[in-house]
Amino acid sequence: MRRYRAMFDRLAARSEGALGAFLMIGDPDLQRSEDFIEALIDGGADMLELGVPFSDPVADGPVIQAAANRALAAGTTPSAAFDLVARLRARHADIPIGLLTYANIVVARGREAFYARAAAAGADSVLVADAPAFEAEPFVRAARAAGVAPVLIAAANTPEDRLKKIAEWGGGYTYCVARAGVTGADREVRFDHARLLAVLKTHAAPPPVFGFGIAAPDHVRAALAAGAAGAISGSAIVERMKDGPAAVAALVRRLKEATQ
Amino acid sequence: MLSNGRFGRFGGAYVAEILAPAIEELESAFAAAQADAGFQRELERLLATYAGRPTPLTRCRNLGSAQTRIYLKREDLLHGGAHKTNQVLAQALLAQRMGKRRLIAETGAGQHGVATAMAGALFGMKTRIYMGAHDVARQELNVFRMRLMGAEVVPVECGSRTLKDAINEALRDWAASFADTHYLLGTVAGPHPFPTMVREFQRVIGREARAQFLEAEGRLPDAVIACVGGGSNAMGVFADFIPDTAVALVGVEPAGKGLDGSEHGATLQRGRPGVLHGAETYVLQDENGQIGESWSVSAGLDYPGVGPEHAHLKESGRAQYVGVTDEEALAAFALLARMEGIICAFESAHALAEALKRAERANGDAAFLVNLSGRGDKDMAQAQKLTGLAP
Repeated sequence: MRRYRAMFDRLAARSEGALGAFLMIGDPDLQRSEDFIEALIDGGADMLELGVPFSDPVADGPVIQAAANRALAAGTTPSAAFDLVARLRARHADIPIGLLTYANIVVARGREAFYARAAAAGADSVLVADAPAFEAEPFVRAARAAGVAPVLIAAANTPEDRLKKIAEWGGGYTYCVARAGVTGADREVRFDHARLLAVLKTHAAPPPVFGFGIAAPDHVRAALAAGAAGAISGSAIVERMKDGPAAVAALVRRLKEATQ
Repeated sequence: MLSNGRFGRFGGAYVAEILAPAIEELESAFAAAQADAGFQRELERLLATYAGRPTPLTRCRNLGSAQTRIYLKREDLLHGGAHKTNQVLAQALLAQRMGKRRLIAETGAGQHGVATAMAGALFGMKTRIYMGAHDVARQELNVFRMRLMGAEVVPVECGSRTLKDAINEALRDWAASFADTHYLLGTVAGPHPFPTMVREFQRVIGREARAQFLEAEGRLPDAVIACVGGGSNAMGVFADFIPDTAVALVGVEPAGKGLDGSEHGATLQRGRPGVLHGAETYVLQDENGQIGESWSVSAGLDYPGVGPEHAHLKESGRAQYVGVTDEEALAAFALLARMEGIICAFESAHALAEALKRAERANGDAAFLVNLSGRGDKDMAQAQKLTGLAP
């Protein structure tokens, strides 16, 4: 958790927003995904969001579903994903690393064991895409016990009593979904999140970072202008992977420039 | 939420946060409708005048014996051809009450899709059905029926291309469309409040059957037997018998090509607790938590999850769950046609096969209630190939 705080403090001192970059561990295979992750860092990503693949990702659109399928077809297991995170951490001491996955992957290993392993690998946070505030408590408790930040999701339609819980329980940052639907790269974005951000602020929630649909520098600028502390791009990066690590680094660089 | 939607340790609402308000809206609308005599009256009228309730209870004339009697609750005679119509009419009425203009649904065998397409036509709502591409191929006739009634059928190409993937796609649609769309989930699985709501809307099966059985036999059955995929016909027929602790509740899972292999859909017997489609329940999965692929000759039972209340009934010991193979189900299917002149769905044939086994084992007087959840028209093309009875 301290890595998120240090990063947000450092960026705030420069009046910059945070750029989060997502890809799926094991896509298209472990070795190449590790190369692509290095490209995210080369491109200037401030925080990494790494997917641990699940067979039935209901919160994801076609691009990230396909990434998960490729990763699973290449034999990626949660253990292999943790090993990759540990190697990354050995090379990069300071960058916040978040894991994104689904409840069944956590529950299959056992919540305590999952978060302990994530902590040992050097991950800073875990987001469970299908554990809303209703169901978050046992995940939050296990995460905190292991010293991992439980990242919770907030949406423009989330009522205040639940935002209060999300503010209280969440750690690292607050993942604000920029729109309804599932993940995917959008052509245009529109943020109408003033109430959400105001309520999160009132309850001293971890810094709000926007995700879903962030695909272009304009989207990043719009997210920051709307009051977000950062923006996460996922599907656009995964789509760009077909052009190789240098192209991915170039995309991340353009997105990062938009935070400055 | 008004309730945590748990059955023992199972159930809950594991959905993306963006869907949480939709779940809450549905939960309160359902609670209000249950308490509203006007809603209940309208539903009863529809069930009687449109769907054809009550359905009869038929005692088999030639299967079983004077000592071991097998009764069939004839949901196969319901409009649409299966029990699905009961709860679809109820949810569609509820959706209308909530001001929704569009229905989406998943379907496996196509029976739930057909029922939803009926409701869409009846209530003038735009209807989209997600169906695994594999199921689209094996249930061609039902696809045509849905389209005939004006529904759009979307083949789902991802994953195992069956019911599981159709549910994933419907949930993804709903995450973007909940403002004007009701997700008309077809079984007692999924996030709260679906397992409770669908059970309550199917409870009519057991309520009628219990009274009919008492009238016919002057006593309750020794066992109530129903097939279990997601588990809605079984929960519907079980619900009113749960307090009757002397009555065995038997859920029949598809053992496919055998419980010892990997080609079956026996989630409660071969799976372990996990989270799938919004609920904590038994799931067929590998050691890392990746969802397994199920197998059954009947598309309607081909599902690697199961309704969370069944998981609870299993763990509490109130119900028992057994397996019937493809081969046993097909034999029961052929036998029922030949001996009783009733062509049932492959799904329902699983329940009948278990009743036939029990009748054979029975010592002395025994009477069984089988929920004959659907009719076999949809299975004719497959049956021609499989039974060797092709003309």
